[in-house]
Amino acid sequence: MTGRRTPGVVAAAWLIARKDLAIEFRTRTAFLSALVFAVLALCIFYFTWDQSVVPPADRAPGVLWVVLAFSGLLGLQRSFGVEEHDRGIDALLVSPISREAIYVGKAIGNLVFLFAIQLVAIPALAIFYNLPFGRPLLAVGGIVLLATIGIVAVGTLFSAMAVNTRLAELLLPMLSLPFFVPILMTAAQATTLVFAGRPPAEVWPSLKILIAFDIVFLVACTLAFPYTLEE
Amino acid sequence: MTTIPVSNGTSNSGSSGRSNGTPAPAAPRAVFDWFSAVAALGVVGIYIRAIYFTPIERLQGAAQKIYYLHVPAALAAYIAISITALMSIVYLWLHDERADRLAEAGAEVGLVFLTVVLTSGPLWGHRIWGAWWAWWDMRLTLTLFLWFIVAAYLIVRGGVEEAAMRGRYSAVLAILAALLIPFIHLSVYLFQARLHPMPVVLKPGEPSLPPEMLTTFLLAFAAFALLCIAFIRARYRVGLLRDLAAELAA
Repeated sequence: MTGRRTPGVVAAAWLIARKDLAIEFRTRTAFLSALVFAVLALCIFYFTWDQSVVPPADRAPGVLWVVLAFSGLLGLQRSFGVEEHDRGIDALLVSPISREAIYVGKAIGNLVFLFAIQLVAIPALAIFYNLPFGRPLLAVGGIVLLATIGIVAVGTLFSAMAVNTRLAELLLPMLSLPFFVPILMTAAQATTLVFAGRPPAEVWPSLKILIAFDIVFLVACTLAFPYTLEE
Repeated sequence: MTTIPVSNGTSNSGSSGRSNGTPAPAAPRAVFDWFSAVAALGVVGIYIRAIYFTPIERLQGAAQKIYYLHVPAALAAYIAISITALMSIVYLWLHDERADRLAEAGAEVGLVFLTVVLTSGPLWGHRIWGAWWAWWDMRLTLTLFLWFIVAAYLIVRGGVEEAAMRGRYSAVLAILAALLIPFIHLSVYLFQARLHPMPVVLKPGEPSLPPEMLTTFLLAFAAFALLCIAFIRARYRVGLLRDLAAELAA
C-alpha cells in the first residue's frame, strides 16, 4: 500500500468496472450465452402468436421487453457470482475503497454488459419483426437506455444479496422481477407508442416515471448496498 | 397457537453456551392468550351479524357480503405490512433483533391477509363484474404485486442462515419495496388510464351506506385489526422461541 494513493470513489468504481469487463471480454462466456439467449428468444416468440391475427410489428414491443428483462437477469447473475469463486469479494472488501464504489463499479460493468446485448438484440428485433430502421428505433434506444439504468440499479444490489443466500441464482429473478414491473410496464408502453408513430407528448409521461425510478433507485440502492455485505 | 408449553428459562441450566452467566432471554410464559381469543370471537360475531342481521344489498345481492371479509382483510394486510416496513427501518437504525422479529411476523401475517384479499376479490368480481380478474382495477393489481413482493421477502428470510445478515437483507428489501409501491401504482395508473376510462365500480354509496351495513363494516374493521395484531403477537412469539432454541443449541 505504500506509495500508492487510495483511489477516489469514481476512480475506484471505474477500476472495478474495468476489471469486470476485462474478465468478461477474455472469457466471453456470460456475454455469448446471454446474447444467444436474447436472439433465440426473439425468434421463438415470433411463433407464439398467429401472425394473421396479430401482426408481428404489433407484438414487437412486448417481445422486446420480455427478452431484455430476462437476458438482463442472465447478465446480472454473473455480476457478483464471479466474486464468489476465489472469494474475490473478500479482496474487494479489504481493499481501501468505499463500499459505495464497489456498487457503482459493479453497476457500470453491468450497464455496459446489458448495453452490449441490446446493441445486437434491438437490430435483430427490427430485422426479424420487419420494423423500420431509423428514427423510431433511435427513440426506442433512448427508452431502453433509461429502463436499463433502472434494471441495473436494483439488479446489481439484488445480485450481491442473492449470492450470499442458500438459493443463489434462484433468488435473483424472484427479487428483481417485482421491481422491474414499473420499468417494464412503462417502457413497453412507451415503445408501443413510438412504433405507432404517436406524438412525443404521449410518450413523455412514461419517460418521466422511468427517469424518476432511475434516480430514486440509484440513490437508494447505493445507500443500501453497504448493508448487504458482510461486516 | 394461543398456549405455548415452554418452561421458563430453567431448561438451559446445563447448556454450555450459557456458562458465562448471562441470563437466558425470557421465554414467553405459557398462558392462555386472551387477546387471540377475543379477536377470534370478534370475527365470529362479525360474521353472525353480517350474515343474519345485516340487510342484503339490493343490486348485488348476497355477493356484497364478501365486502365484510374482503375490505377488512385488506385493512389488516396494510396494518401488518406497515409494521414490517416501519420495523425494518428501526432494525437498520438500532440493530434490535426484536424489530427484525416483528418485521418478520408482520410480513407473514400480511401475506395471509393479502391472500384472503386476492381470493375473495375475484369471487366477488366474477359475480358482479362478470370477470374473475380485472387488470384495470388498480387496487387488485397493486395487491397482487404486493403479494409477490412479500412472498419474495419471506423467501429471502428463509434463504439466509446468519441472523444478522438475514435481518439486514430483509430490512433493505422491505425499505426498497416501500419505495417501489408508488412506482407500481403510477405505472398501473398510466396503463389503465390510456386503455380504459376510470373503472365504474359498483360502490353502494359510501357516504349513504345504510346504518346497519356501516355498523357491520366498522365492527368488521375492528375485529380484523384485532385479529391481525393477535396473529402478529403469536407469530412474534414463534420467532422468539425459534431464536431461543437456536441459541440454546449453539
